[in-house]
Amino acid sequence: MHKDTTHIEHYVAPLEETPLAATDSVKEDVQPLSLWGEAWRNLRRQPLFIISALLILLILTVAAFPGLFTNASPDENCLLANSNGAPSAGHPLGFTFQGCDVYARVIYGTRASVLVGLLTTIAVVIIGGVLGALAGYYGGWLDAVLARVGDVFFALPLILGAIIIMQLPTFRENRTVITVVFTLLIFGWPQVARITRSAVISVRNSDFVVASRSLGVSRFSALVKHVIPNSTAPVIVIATISLGTFIVAEATLSFLGIGLPPGIMSWGNDISAAQSSLRSNPSTLLWPAAALSITVLSFIMLGDAVRDALDPKARKR
Amino acid sequence: MAGYVIRRFLQMIPVFFGATFLVYFLVFSLPGDPIAALFGDKPVNEAVAAQLRSQYNLDQPFIIQYLLYLQNLVTFDLGVDFSGREVSAVLAQAFPVTIRLALLALLFEAVFGIAFGLMAGLKKGRIFDSTVLVVSLIVIAIPVFVLGFLLQFLVGVKLQWTSPTVGGDAGWSDLILPAVVLGLASFAYVLRLTRTSVIENMNADYVRTATAKGLSRPRVVTVHILRNSLIPVVTFLGADLGALMGGAIVTEGIFNVPGVGQRLYQSVIRGEGPTIVSIVSVLVFVYVIANLLVDLLYAWLDPRIRYA
Repeated sequence: MHKDTTHIEHYVAPLEETPLAATDSVKEDVQPLSLWGEAWRNLRRQPLFIISALLILLILTVAAFPGLFTNASPDENCLLANSNGAPSAGHPLGFTFQGCDVYARVIYGTRASVLVGLLTTIAVVIIGGVLGALAGYYGGWLDAVLARVGDVFFALPLILGAIIIMQLPTFRENRTVITVVFTLLIFGWPQVARITRSAVISVRNSDFVVASRSLGVSRFSALVKHVIPNSTAPVIVIATISLGTFIVAEATLSFLGIGLPPGIMSWGNDISAAQSSLRSNPSTLLWPAAALSITVLSFIMLGDAVRDALDPKARKR
Repeated sequence: MAGYVIRRFLQMIPVFFGATFLVYFLVFSLPGDPIAALFGDKPVNEAVAAQLRSQYNLDQPFIIQYLLYLQNLVTFDLGVDFSGREVSAVLAQAFPVTIRLALLALLFEAVFGIAFGLMAGLKKGRIFDSTVLVVSLIVIAIPVFVLGFLLQFLVGVKLQWTSPTVGGDAGWSDLILPAVVLGLASFAYVLRLTRTSVIENMNADYVRTATAKGLSRPRVVTVHILRNSLIPVVTFLGADLGALMGGAIVTEGIFNVPGVGQRLYQSVIRGEGPTIVSIVSVLVFVYVIANLLVDLLYAWLDPRIRYA
């Protein structure tokens, strides 16, 4: 220190005099929560999630084992004597125009509707997800082409597009669960592709992806190992919600007479068949409609709850 | 703005060609012979089949077929339906009805959706808000044809406030019930969208500034919060016009409204392939134009977009 330096005294508060307002503590031996772990902790406390998850569990059980829920047969022993009959012992919801048990038909109709919803969602997520991820990650001409193709598909509303395909003679005559799934897939994938694409783009340039690339991970491995696992959240949300949409679309097509064939029991077919007896016996229409609505509602509620749990911005402070 | 309009217009052209090509491709390239199917169970009469093929240009190479179809579409030469009527004449009669129906539905969902959404958003977390949220979820979950039958049964058959089916000339007042059914699901979406948007904007700096300047609460709410919250809502409403066209198939079928949707519904039931393709193509055309108009409206509402 120089001699000609002037020294100015100033007060420095010792640490003890200014107590900290709060301290952070980190338990180092506890595993940090992942996005999903945190979401799960959030979800468990949400009544909306619990209700919808229980309902979906119930619906899946009904779809898998309809025999557990009713002894009545949905399409055998239908007596025309029971046509539009009122509820009686063992037949809590009455009879259809054809004299079939409404309750049994609602129970057995679950499978086709849920199957169409699940299969379409899986197919749409696989195809839309892969195309969207590749387009978002690699960009360039693939992205440009996909964006234009997506625009074209968006110009065709789902039901209109599905009508166009299902009315084709080949499809009209060989209607099965698979043809309905195929039709919904054609017009359903662009939405998932678009959402996956934007999710992948927002993750693509994150520090952890750049870090893994600079550590020598190949471009493709970085996509599979780091980018995709971190961009699944919005895709799962849209998948859950579209599952409901696809079930409605199947019912609408069946209602128009170009969805599932009458031989396959489904809510859409039953609602379509019940139209004619709406005035005399509305319950044959209302019960499958209620089952359909509750199923769709459960999936939409689940998607809503999952979105809230995964979106830190939406969380209540 | 002019540059934006031109750019957006140019973008519309490939979409229009792409969508019509897609429709045409799906119909005439997927396996199965649409002409042979017209004969049903009867043996195919080769002379008639050949005549039909040349009538629908199916004897030409695919690209020529598509171009001829486009030419017919643009000149509104849409062929005849099974009852021998010109499809374009049928559509000219049906379109005004559907437009009336769609406008009523749009009006219903916009007015009620925005009003309820604003009220719910301003009172976030209160009982009104939670009730409205639950009810809107339920409305979204119920398919439009179920809603249609339900309201037709309740309002038309039980209460007898209106006639359960429309038919005839379909005046404005006859269309109120079908319009409510058609717009109900979108009403729930508009409500939720407005609510989210209002909640987001309520905490914005410019709202705080407006309040700090001493503006009255109604003025802050209407001019500053609501106006800025409407931007995503307007986009939705425009895009919804296409969904309304699709939903109209079911609604018009149920209520026997003599509109485009019902024509399509009948063609689907009768299996009139060529008519279905014509009507859907016209609807796609309308949808693409509607989307263009919405984008222009959007740019006018939010200046940030046209400079982007």
